[in-house]
Amino acid sequence: MASTAHGSNAAAVRLAPQVNMTDLTTTTSEKEALVRFEISDLNFFYGAKQAIFGLNLKIPKNRVTALIGPSGCGKSTFLRTLNRMNETIRHTRVVGQILLDGQDILKMDVVGLRRRVGMVFQRPNPFPKSIYDNVAYGLRINGYQGRLDDLVEHSLRRAALWDEVKDYLHKSAFALSGGQQQRLCIARALAVDPEVLLLDEPCSALDPVTTAKIEELMFHLKDSCTMAIVTHNMQQAARASDFTAFMLDGKLIEHSETSKLFTTPQDPRTEAYITGRFG
Amino acid sequence: MDGAAPRHVGGPRSFVARLRDGDEVAHLITLVFAAVILLITSMLVYELWVSSHLSRAQFGWNFLWTQTWDPIFDHYGAAPFIYGTLVTSIVSLIIAVPLGLAAAVYLAELAPRNMSDSIAFLIDLLAAVPSVIYGLLGIFVVVPVVRTTIGPMLINTVGNVPVIGRLFKGPNYGVGFLTASIVLAIMIVPFIISVSREVLLTVPREQREAALAMGATRWEATWKVVVPWARTGIMGSIFLALARALGETMAVTMVIGNDPKIRESLFASGYTIAAVIANEFTEATGDLYLSALIELGLVLFLMTFILNGLARILIVATERGGGRPS
Repeated sequence: MASTAHGSNAAAVRLAPQVNMTDLTTTTSEKEALVRFEISDLNFFYGAKQAIFGLNLKIPKNRVTALIGPSGCGKSTFLRTLNRMNETIRHTRVVGQILLDGQDILKMDVVGLRRRVGMVFQRPNPFPKSIYDNVAYGLRINGYQGRLDDLVEHSLRRAALWDEVKDYLHKSAFALSGGQQQRLCIARALAVDPEVLLLDEPCSALDPVTTAKIEELMFHLKDSCTMAIVTHNMQQAARASDFTAFMLDGKLIEHSETSKLFTTPQDPRTEAYITGRFG
Repeated sequence: MDGAAPRHVGGPRSFVARLRDGDEVAHLITLVFAAVILLITSMLVYELWVSSHLSRAQFGWNFLWTQTWDPIFDHYGAAPFIYGTLVTSIVSLIIAVPLGLAAAVYLAELAPRNMSDSIAFLIDLLAAVPSVIYGLLGIFVVVPVVRTTIGPMLINTVGNVPVIGRLFKGPNYGVGFLTASIVLAIMIVPFIISVSREVLLTVPREQREAALAMGATRWEATWKVVVPWARTGIMGSIFLALARALGETMAVTMVIGNDPKIRESLFASGYTIAAVIANEFTEATGDLYLSALIELGLVLFLMTFILNGLARILIVATERGGGRPS
C-alpha cells in the first residue's frame, strides 16, 4: 500500500499540487475498486474491416494482464483502444464501452486519458534527446513545476535503470543498448505516473537476459501500476502475468488466471494455441 | 549448375572473374562518375583563380573591403556586392524560413493526406519556375506593393524602433534590398516547404505516438518531438534555400536597383555579386575590369563554400546531446 500511495502521490502532484499525502490515501482507499478497466461489447473497425468483435474483458487493478494470440488476432489493436491511440490512424471506429475506474474513456478528454494510461511500444523509441530529457519530457509538457531531478531519478529507479545511467544522464539516449532504451521508455512513461501501463510486445526486440530484467521490473511495478501486456511469447505470459486473455481472429476466446489458462484451458482452441499446434 | 563453372570456390577470385560478375565494372564506372564531381569543382576554382590574376595582383586583399566600383578609373572593390548578396540572402531567409516551416508542418502533420499531396505537387512546380518569371512578378507586383503599402507601413511602425529602425529609413522607391529579398523569399520558400515536408513525413510514427501516449497534445507532439527529429533535414532545406538565394541572378537584378553602394536602409538600391557579373560581363572592356568580375565570381564561390561549411558545423553542433541514429 505504501508504494501505491507513493505512486499516486506523484499523480496528485500533477493534478493538484496542493493535495497532500493524507488526503490522497483516503481517496484511494475509498475507491478501492478491484477492476481498473471494464470493457464491454467492444467492436473495432479499420475502415470497413472489423478487427475486434464483441469483446468483454475486465482488467484487474495492480495486476498484470497478458494478451496472447497469433499475429493479426487484434491484440495490439485492442491494447491501443485502451488509450485511444488508434485514433491517430485515419478511418478507424470504436463501438462499445470501455470504463476506466467507472468512467467511459470514449467520452474523456483524450490528453487526460493518456496521462493516466501510459504506453510502451514494441521497438524502443526514445526521443533524440539526452537520457534526462527523455524522462523529463512528460513532466515538462504537463507543466510540472517541482524539482525535475528528483522525479527523473525516481522514474529511472522505478524502471531499474538508475544505477546503470546515473553518471550519463546527459548523454544521448541512443548511446544506450536496446534493453536499456526500452527501460528508458518505461521510465519515460512512468514519469507522469500513469495508473495503467500498456506494453505492446515490449520485449520482442530484446535478448533473453534483458527480457528477464523487464519482466522483473513489471513484477515490482505491480504495486503502483496496472499493466496490460501484449506478447507473442507464451513463456513470458506464463511467467510475468497474473491473468491471461487469449484472442483469436478479433474475438476473445478465453480469459482467466494465468496459472489456470496455461494448465487447464477451457477452450480447445486455447489449448491448441498454447501447446503450439498453431500460431 | 553442370557445364557452368562454379561462381566462387574459396580463395580470392581473379580480376577477370570479378569483372565478369559485374562488381569490378560497377565499381570502376561509379568511381569515375564520382571523380567527375571533384574534377569539375577543382576546374572551377582553378579557372576562377587563374583568370582573376590581374585583379588579385592589383588590389590584393583590399579588393574585399574596397567600396568603389569604378570602371572608368579602373578601380574595383567587392564590398558593395558582398554586402548586397549577404543582406538580400539573410533578409530573404528571415522571411522565408518561418513561412516555409509553418507550411511544411501543416502539410506534413495536420492537412489531410490527399490535400497535402496535391499542394506538394504545386510547390514542386513553383520551385521549377524560371527565375526571370519571378523577376517579372517582382517588377509588376512586389515593387509597387513595397512602394505603396509595405514600405510606408514598415516606416511608420518598425521605423520608429531605436536600432532596427535604421534599416527602414530613407526614400522608398520600391526597388532595393527589401524588394529583392521579398522576391528571393518567394523563390526559396518552395524549396524549404518541399524538402521539410518530405523530411517530416519520414519521422517514425513511434516517435509521435510515444509523445501522445504521455498525454502530449497533437501540437506538443509535433513541435517538441516530430520537428526536432526532422531538424537536420529541415536545416538542410534551409541551406539549400540559402545557396539558391546567394546565387540568384536574374530575379534579383530586375528589382534591386543595381547600384554598387553600401547603404543601411533596406529601401535603398544595391547590387549583388551574381547580378553584377551577369550585367557587366559582356560590357567589360578592359582586362582588369574583366579580371575583377571574375574575382567577384571567386568571392561568391568562396562565400557559398564557407556558408556551407558553417552549416555543417551548425548541424553537428545542434546534434550534440541527442543525436539520433543515422
